Amino acid sequence: MNAPLPGPLADNPRLDRWVAFPTPGTVTILTGRVEIGQGVLTAMAQIAADELDVALERIDIYSGDTEATPNEGYTAGSQSIQFGGVALRQALADVRALFLSQAAQVLGCEAGELSVHDGQILRGGAPTAQDYWTLAGSVNLAVDATGTGRRKAVSAFKTIGASAARLDLPNKVFGAPAFIHDMTLPGMVHARVVRQPNRGASIASIDEAAIKRAAKGAIEFVRTGDFLAVIGDDETTVEWAGAAANNHVAWQNVEAPAASQQEATWLLQRPAIDRPFGAPASADPQGKERFEATYTRGYLAHASISPSCGLALFKDGRLTVWTHCQGVFPLRAALARELGIAADKISVHHVQGSGCYGHNGADDAAADAAIIALQKPGVPIRVRWRREEEFVFEPKTPAMVVKVRALLDESGKPSDWTQEIWSPTHNLRPGAGGNLLGALALPNPPAAPPPGDVPEANGGGATRNGEPLYAIPAKRILHHLVTETPVRTSALRGLGAMPNVFALECAIDELAERAGIDPVAYRLSITSDPRARAVIEKVSAMATWDAQAPAGTGVGRGIAFARYKNKAAYSAVVVELQVEEEIRLRHVWCATDAGLVVNPDGAINQLEGGIIQSASWVLKEQVRFDSGVASFDWETYPVLKFSEVPEIDVELINTRDEVPLGVGEATAGPTAAAIGNAVSHALGARIRDLPLTRERIMATLLQS
Amino acid sequence: MPQTFQFTVNGKAVTVALDNEETPLINVLRNELGLMGTRFGCGLEQCGCCMVLIDGAPEKCCAKPVYSVAGKSVTTIEGLGTPERPHPLQQAFLDEQAGQCGYCLSGIIVSAKALLDSNPSPTRAEIAAALDGNICRCGSHNRIMRAVEKAAAVIRAGAQS
Repeated sequence: MNAPLPGPLADNPRLDRWVAFPTPGTVTILTGRVEIGQGVLTAMAQIAADELDVALERIDIYSGDTEATPNEGYTAGSQSIQFGGVALRQALADVRALFLSQAAQVLGCEAGELSVHDGQILRGGAPTAQDYWTLAGSVNLAVDATGTGRRKAVSAFKTIGASAARLDLPNKVFGAPAFIHDMTLPGMVHARVVRQPNRGASIASIDEAAIKRAAKGAIEFVRTGDFLAVIGDDETTVEWAGAAANNHVAWQNVEAPAASQQEATWLLQRPAIDRPFGAPASADPQGKERFEATYTRGYLAHASISPSCGLALFKDGRLTVWTHCQGVFPLRAALARELGIAADKISVHHVQGSGCYGHNGADDAAADAAIIALQKPGVPIRVRWRREEEFVFEPKTPAMVVKVRALLDESGKPSDWTQEIWSPTHNLRPGAGGNLLGALALPNPPAAPPPGDVPEANGGGATRNGEPLYAIPAKRILHHLVTETPVRTSALRGLGAMPNVFALECAIDELAERAGIDPVAYRLSITSDPRARAVIEKVSAMATWDAQAPAGTGVGRGIAFARYKNKAAYSAVVVELQVEEEIRLRHVWCATDAGLVVNPDGAINQLEGGIIQSASWVLKEQVRFDSGVASFDWETYPVLKFSEVPEIDVELINTRDEVPLGVGEATAGPTAAAIGNAVSHALGARIRDLPLTRERIMATLLQS
Repeated sequence: MPQTFQFTVNGKAVTVALDNEETPLINVLRNELGLMGTRFGCGLEQCGCCMVLIDGAPEKCCAKPVYSVAGKSVTTIEGLGTPERPHPLQQAFLDEQAGQCGYCLSGIIVSAKALLDSNPSPTRAEIAAALDGNICRCGSHNRIMRAVEKAAAVIRAGAQS
């Protein structure tokens, strides 16, 4: 009886979807996971090197192609190594076993006598003149995985667990073409879309002459329904036309988000679907001490450094699309669904873009290019969004209100915990039924998907990390899934984990203070999971926590902890900062248990990045509305600068565990809450609304 | 009628013929000269992805009209070094694994080059100040600043020997 195949391998059992041996001395690894700046391709190459016993340099890695690679859905949710890596390991273990079996037949011996060294088959440790490439012609990989190949033991890993240099970094450091933006196709024309302001808006008039004057060169209009684009050979001309068109196309039925809809508290009175999870409502709490506090976080932008880009060619009845989105297969399905082409007539290829941190404009830019390409058969189309377009039209991560209600026992510890959450959906990805933006302007626009959020089995969306990991007898979540929103909302790094961990870990600090217990000691007193205890203890040692100064001095320290999704990496963070009129981060310490780590330096890089991005969200970021999205460039949506970044120390523990735990999003929540707790410690007063702006600090200081 | 513009890019004289003298330098570099290393980020001179050196000074070129560089010397990321002969900054960025998605790195390395040309021993605060015109969204800031410090030390050591 074989063990069940790891999920992605069960979905894509054919072994030739995972690996090929095309030329002597090289191994091609195919993966459905795509590079989005997280280093996943390097990690997958490391996994392959170990599982096949070949040098890392022999691995060519190819990713995200509907015509070649496994369908692994989205590269998201810190799941690539935790699930995709295990699937690749099993596929390659099966492949290695097939090669050893074939070698045994050729050599007239038992497979058990054989081993592999850098692709060479050894018998009793001696060369046999056979290798993967001499055998490749006689080993049939067009077969399904059986799961019978034995995966290497952790103790046998040589490449996994050793820091490896990122395979993609040299091109980026030397300025070689590295991104989809750098791609050209013969005869390619440039395109900019004149964006429909909202679903249902229609074009009233177009001043073509004015747009052509602004273009200062030859352009052509492409229109289908209310989808309007300008195209031309010269990118400058097309860019100018696209920018000017905003002022020369009049729209009807425009709905613009209003300033009054900007704050999270606007969500409280909106239509919502109630979704209760966890323990039943608590019995009469009379006689128990209660705690209640409400925390908020506004809308955030992904604010990717590169505006979204897509290329498409419709030729001989076949649509080919190049995209930097996180899931080529879901995008193909959405293009088929919303543009009315059979999926088997569409190929989607991944090409790297900048970091996306979730569902940004990538899918939509690809769809834009596809829509234009369908109107211009035979002409390769390149769409690159403008910076303003990226900020205004990318899906936002939703604002959230999180109310924590706790009942306390005699020792001041929580015996009953309710996390009540108001939030729109965190998932309008095309693969979840979300519409492609350009399709909404087509003559027969697709219907909006029914309301929903990421299933709990996948970690939840708004509910992600809404349940404390702490040992509390009764825990429940009540999610009000708000169904009307002023802007499209979807996935950003960690989804609801950041606001939920901010709320619950700030609440834990407030409870510790009420009980008169040190925040670290209080957490440990309600933590039974030994791995959780270990990261809390480790980070407090790294930061020499026990020298905590009194509150209200202007300098503060805060700690916070979470296990991402309550099933991925454990991370604890300590922040030291200074508050005057603004917050100045001084130092961040982080201890993380991500189980088996493939590329330790890569994991640390991800954790550091998560800390800095979360700090930027907490200190600076909120999408503003004012008769439209008023955060439209880097001045109206500032992010953390070099001079504002703290010193950061990250340590990984337990890295040789058997099981890897997703790491990319682990620090987002703990960093936010540790900053909140440190600010409270510095001020001697609590701020429960994000971002922690100068105005909020001044208001708090005036009140205290 | 196309106009011609002459300037130097990475030490080589170039002549380009363009219909519009206000064509941004970045589009000339990328689309006319095929130098894709200068990345487009905003077109607003805000993010620094498109940083180049113009007569040695760091400048964002996404909104810089081509006529304004006529007769001048432009250095792009491609002009710093190659995989075979990396600039000390490029080697240090690889050594420190200073990047995640890497989209901002061309502009950051060019900004750092301008800093080290004028200040061979910058403090961490001076490095941060010199890079504040460049946005990194992935959070690789500390690695990047470490790489600049390391490159500065390598360049100083090379100057002494």
